[in-house]
Order: sequence, then C-alpha cells, then structure tokens
Amino acid sequence: MTGVVVVGGSVGGVRTVRWLRRYGYRDGITLVEREAELPHDKPPLSKSVLTDGDAVAPTLLSREDAAELGVELLLGCRAVGLNPAAGTVDLAEHAALTYRDGVVIATGARARAADWTSQPGVHLLRSWQQAARLRTGLRRAERVVVIGAGFIGAEVASAARALGCRVHLVDTVARPMARHVGDEVAGILHGLHHSSGVRTVFGQQVDGVHPVGAGIGVRLAGGELLEADLVVAGLGVQLNTEWLAGSGLRLHDGVMADTRCRAVGTDNVYVVGDVARWRHTGYGEYVRSEHWTNAVEAAEIVANNIANPDRQRDHAPTPYVWSDQYGRKIQIAGRPDPARPPVLLRSDAERVVAVWGDDADRLCGMATVDAPRAAVRGRQLLATGGSLDDAVAAVDG
Amino acid sequence: MDITVHADLDACDGYGNCILQAPDYFELDDEGLVRIRRQQVRAEDREAVERAVASCPAEALRLAGE
Repeated sequence: MTGVVVVGGSVGGVRTVRWLRRYGYRDGITLVEREAELPHDKPPLSKSVLTDGDAVAPTLLSREDAAELGVELLLGCRAVGLNPAAGTVDLAEHAALTYRDGVVIATGARARAADWTSQPGVHLLRSWQQAARLRTGLRRAERVVVIGAGFIGAEVASAARALGCRVHLVDTVARPMARHVGDEVAGILHGLHHSSGVRTVFGQQVDGVHPVGAGIGVRLAGGELLEADLVVAGLGVQLNTEWLAGSGLRLHDGVMADTRCRAVGTDNVYVVGDVARWRHTGYGEYVRSEHWTNAVEAAEIVANNIANPDRQRDHAPTPYVWSDQYGRKIQIAGRPDPARPPVLLRSDAERVVAVWGDDADRLCGMATVDAPRAAVRGRQLLATGGSLDDAVAAVDG
Repeated sequence: MDITVHADLDACDGYGNCILQAPDYFELDDEGLVRIRRQQVRAEDREAVERAVASCPAEALRLAGE
C-alpha cells in the first residue's frame, strides 16, 4: 500500500511527483514507467538530439533524484489495469499497487503506426530509443522522405536538412497546419520549408511504402515514386488508454476529467498531459492538448490538488506550443480561428506576428515566428481576456 | 532564508514561460533573452517563481539560497 501511484514517466508524471514532494506530500509515491530507460523529456528528441551527435537522453529523473525524493521508481513496468473503487493499479509481471490517496494517469501517447511503418528504414519518433535510431539513420541517409507535416514531421525535415540530406516532406492535406492556424499562416510555414530547400508534396495520399533496390520507395496516389534511404512517419499519436479499458473511466479521445483534472466519476483519479481530456473553464468545453507546457502546468495543479485538497485549483491554461524549424522559433498561443484571416501585424523574412479576434473582438489566438516579446505580450493578453485592439496596440510588430 | 533567482543566458531560448508565471521577476530583452527584473525572491512570491523556474523548457533558470 502506498500513498500515490503515478503511471507514466514523461514530463507530466515526473513533474507531478516533484511537485507532490514540494507541496509537502509525505506518504509513499510510486512512479511506474513502461520503458526501461530513465524518464526523459520529449521536445529535444525531434530537435537537438537529431542534429547533435553527442546529445544524450534528456533525463528528467535519475535514480538518485528518485531516492532523494523518496519515490519508488519502477522502470520497464507496464500498467495493465486500474480499479478506482479498489484503489489498485495492475501491472504486467509485477504485483499490483494499492494507493491510499490517489492515482495519476500520465501515460500520454505513442507515435501512430501504419501497416508500412514497421519495415527497415522507416522510423517513428516518440521515445529516446526511436530518436537515437533515427539520428544514426539520418547520418547515413542522403535522401529522406518525411510523411506527415505536423510539428514532428516539420522538425524532422528541418533536422534532416541541417544534416545535409535531400528532403521530401509529404502530407495528405493540401495545406498542413491550416487546421490549426488557417491558410495564411500555414502558407508562411510552408514557405519556411521551401526556403530551406525542402521539397514539399502536399495534398497527396501515400499509396504504399516498400523496399526499392537498396532503399525505400514511397508511392504517391498521383503515381509518383519517391526514392529514399530513410523514411520518417509523423502521423500523429495514439493515446495510451488501452490499459484503462476495464476501469470504468470515461474514455473519449483521452480520459475525461473535470476542471481540476480529476477523472469524471472519481474523487482521487487524476489525469495529466496528452492523455487528459479535461474541462477547461476558460473555454467552457473539454479540451485535450499535446503540448509540453500543458503537461508541465497540469502536473503542478494535480500535485497541489492531491497534497492540498482544501485548496484545489482549476487547470485553465492559455494554450501554448513552440516549434523550432530551420533555426526559426514558431510559437502558437491561445486558439487561432482557422476560418478567419488573422491580423498580420508583421510578416517579413525576419519575423511574423499574426493575431486573431473572436466574435466579441477578444484576442483568441496568436502565431509568431521569431517574435519572442510579441509572443509574451500576446499570451499575457490571452490570459487576461484582452481585446484584439489591445493586442494590436501592445504588440510590437 | 535568502532566495535568489538566476538565469543561464546560454541556455535561454526566449520561450517566455517564466514571464507568464512571474512577470515581476522576468522580462525579455531586445534579443529575446531573459532579463531578471528582481533577483531577491519575496517569500510571498516564492511559489510563483518556482513555477516560473519549472516552466522553462530550456532549464535556463535556477533558484539559489535557503
């Protein structure tokens, strides 16, 4: 019997553990992580880890850290079930854990696979193992095809270019990222790929990926065959919720949770990070976020809510994500309206600042490239319910 | 119990998360890097500054003292 079990050792789980101790939680804490490696951070895996041959795994918690915190660290240990009523977490090849005060679900997501992604030379990217393998592959590859032009695909394309590879970036949609930031800003991001020499092939399905000679062929629906030494699939994620199938928790594109990140229908099951679909009081609806900053902020809230049950807080963050591509820093905050053209306060080779207002003329979203001060001002206005006019006046384009 | 906050400008990459958590303590300069506005952390600000330090994706901030 322990106090709190945290399932998942990525940034959400590790930060929850650290904040629990910081907020004075004294009882036993067990952190369960499926991978054999020490808990590690994810953002560097698609950036510096790929371009820097000496980069080591960005560890979040060492065995020494765990010992100092009085945390039992179970690595290579897979959670296979949760019984909220009984207060138990079932593990594969390990005795079940019983918790007294709470369980935190922080199992996140894995890279989405396709039937062609498990062949030699085709890479997924989510874990340190996958990143290390991809880094080795990129060093040897001349021709790289990246399938999927979301953040991961774009960052991998950027890293591959930095390593001198010839890169094709493929996506089924005609305007990748337009779903998040609309056509104008998606077009600007598209331009970043082009100006760095990436060949983009958008609006075409991939019909098949198979060995061709010594390499790999990517057959497009239009008939073209792209030949590569290495292929990376950035197809999005698959949430790690299978282990919760028998738990009675509401699973709908994530674990549904209340404003305090407590799984709906429970009083001591919490959810943190990519796997959480929680009710955001600011937006009045359930949201799920795949961004680092969200996991980091939710972890602190959840730890507080467990350690200080009389001072619980809502998790109502201003959404924020960054992406580093071709030496440029892209930042997206709030919820840009993809159907509405933004106000482009600045849009040149050096810097981009785009802001969106909602029907009530409140600032609702922002996208910037290499404009850190504007991004901060915009995020502050988003957090305080500032108007679009405030943003236009305050943001130094 | 003299807690101070410090920045590693080589690690800083201008994310600005720190400013969102504790605007009295951090700002970005013309180059988009952090500038510490107030180094001594007041007791009542301690948790906010800790959240700011924890919020940095580049781990560019640290607390010292106590």
